[in-house]
Amino acid sequence: MTTQQSDALTLGRPRTEGALKVVSGFISRKPLGAAGALIIIIMVVMAVVGPLSTDWDPLEWTLADKLEGPSGEHWLGTDDKGRDLWSRMMSGARISLMVGFLSVAFGSGSGGVIGVVSGWYGGKVDNAIQRLMDALMSIPTLILAMAITAALGTNLLNIIIAIGIVQVPRANRVVRSQVLAVKESQYVDAARSIGAVNVRIMGQHIAPQCVAPWLIIATSALGIAILTEASLSFIGLGVPQPEPSWGGMLAGPGRTDFVRNPWMAIWPGLALSLAVYGFNLFGDAIRDVLDPRLRGT
Amino acid sequence: MLAYIIRRLLTTIPVLVVVGLFTFFLLRLTPGDPAAVIAGNEATHEEYLEIRERLGLDAPLYVQLGKWAGRIVQGDFGTSIRSGKPVFDLVRGRIGPSVSLTIATELVAVLVAIPLGVLAAWKANSLIDRSVMVFAAVGFSVPIFWLGFIMIWVFGLWAFGLDNPILPVAGYVKIGDDLWEYVRHLILPAFSLGLVVIALIARMTRASVLEVLKEDYVRTARAKGIAEPAILIRHALRNASLPILTVVGLSLAGLLSGAVVTESVFAIPGLGRLAVEAIATRDYPIIQAMIILIGGFYVFINLAVDILYAFLDPRIRY
Repeated sequence: MTTQQSDALTLGRPRTEGALKVVSGFISRKPLGAAGALIIIIMVVMAVVGPLSTDWDPLEWTLADKLEGPSGEHWLGTDDKGRDLWSRMMSGARISLMVGFLSVAFGSGSGGVIGVVSGWYGGKVDNAIQRLMDALMSIPTLILAMAITAALGTNLLNIIIAIGIVQVPRANRVVRSQVLAVKESQYVDAARSIGAVNVRIMGQHIAPQCVAPWLIIATSALGIAILTEASLSFIGLGVPQPEPSWGGMLAGPGRTDFVRNPWMAIWPGLALSLAVYGFNLFGDAIRDVLDPRLRGT
Repeated sequence: MLAYIIRRLLTTIPVLVVVGLFTFFLLRLTPGDPAAVIAGNEATHEEYLEIRERLGLDAPLYVQLGKWAGRIVQGDFGTSIRSGKPVFDLVRGRIGPSVSLTIATELVAVLVAIPLGVLAAWKANSLIDRSVMVFAAVGFSVPIFWLGFIMIWVFGLWAFGLDNPILPVAGYVKIGDDLWEYVRHLILPAFSLGLVVIALIARMTRASVLEVLKEDYVRTARAKGIAEPAILIRHALRNASLPILTVVGLSLAGLLSGAVVTESVFAIPGLGRLAVEAIATRDYPIIQAMIILIGGFYVFINLAVDILYAFLDPRIRY
């Protein structure tokens, strides 16, 4: 139990312990989580510098070179339009990561804020917000995201909004239950007794206590967000063609031509699986460290 | 018990109302105008206005909402804007394949996942346990549609040749037409949709069985010399069944979502395909019906799980 608590302390207060020590401690205690972090870092590198590593344009057709396997010229092969798969994969990494991080920042972020407000004010406000969340939760993720993108139209921003809204209820619920516990603590009473206003109490005293459970939810939401984007793109409601996204590369011709050139389907699928696997491993490790009670669930 | 069921039933009403309101406003406030889509580019302004009036889109929003809600309560989901057929009939025709796929998947998942989870908990921290957990983690990560591709490729095409696939890779056969073909057509979709559910249930089974195995009564049972399989099933699994039941219930509702993609991969004419088609053509009534049906189904599953709790665990009394 003591090591578990010190885990939580090291991650909770990195400034006092030294960032390097936290990192090395995390690697030795959570090797799988570190592997997940490594996958995420590789993906970020792919997204940032990947497109610069090749002269091929991800959108340019070269029909003479279509449906090729990996070669010295086209490192990962080409698709049905003769587009270079390596450069498309790198651009796809950008989209996946962008959708992942931005939708979590927007969706889980606003869900957390709503949770703080809902839990703190309680009563009618809380009741109304929670019924709304119940309703949002009762529509499966992909269906809800589909309905929202259908309503707003398919472009990158709307996809991020749709995948974000889907995450709101879960983040809200987790943060709210934490708020309900923290609300009763003495330091909140103390803050109120010296005349702190609601916004100050929520921001200064309650929100910091909700960061750990929120982080757990947010990291697990990242993998789901990436998969949801891929699914949306696959069924044609995602990032509009010809913009390369991993899900979109598996749709359309990727579906019919993968018999002739399996590489077209292998790379994006593998990348998606690995990326989500990385986020899941990292998320599990974060959860174990921040909340030892949940270990192994 | 009856009082509890009634109280629990009443709590579903606000949720369903909010789902309904959400559905209505979400699709009414959209930029796309179905009247313009139907009228097409050739239509005059008068024709466009007439179509608007026919669809009831010219009335104020609250009037539309009132009329719409009144009809929904009576089970009338309107007519499809595109095909002009009643939505109810369109949806009914698609329920069979989706329900078959959902049940087959859940069956596969439960049959595979629960033994795996119990085994992993029994041999906690062993190689078996770790393998099951890694398998579960992979199951959470692989996109359903990609897994579908792999299955089509491996079982349908690659292993046994293009001309003679060992399992059908696309389509759906009605249960009344040919039972054997019906089952064969469901195998690949059920496994590819099922992997993520297997992962979910196996993890939850492992966690809750592990928890129960620490209990005193398990030690007592072991001390009495009861055989391990009997302990695992009668003592451990039974007492661990509540959280497992919850995940099974929730996954059942979630499967409808995954079915959208799976039906698309395996060309199954189910509700998911209908939803994709409806969204592509902005067919409001169908989209609304789908969201309300799926939301309602989810609420119903939650209700059923809660009520089952009370039956399974006599300690729960409301």
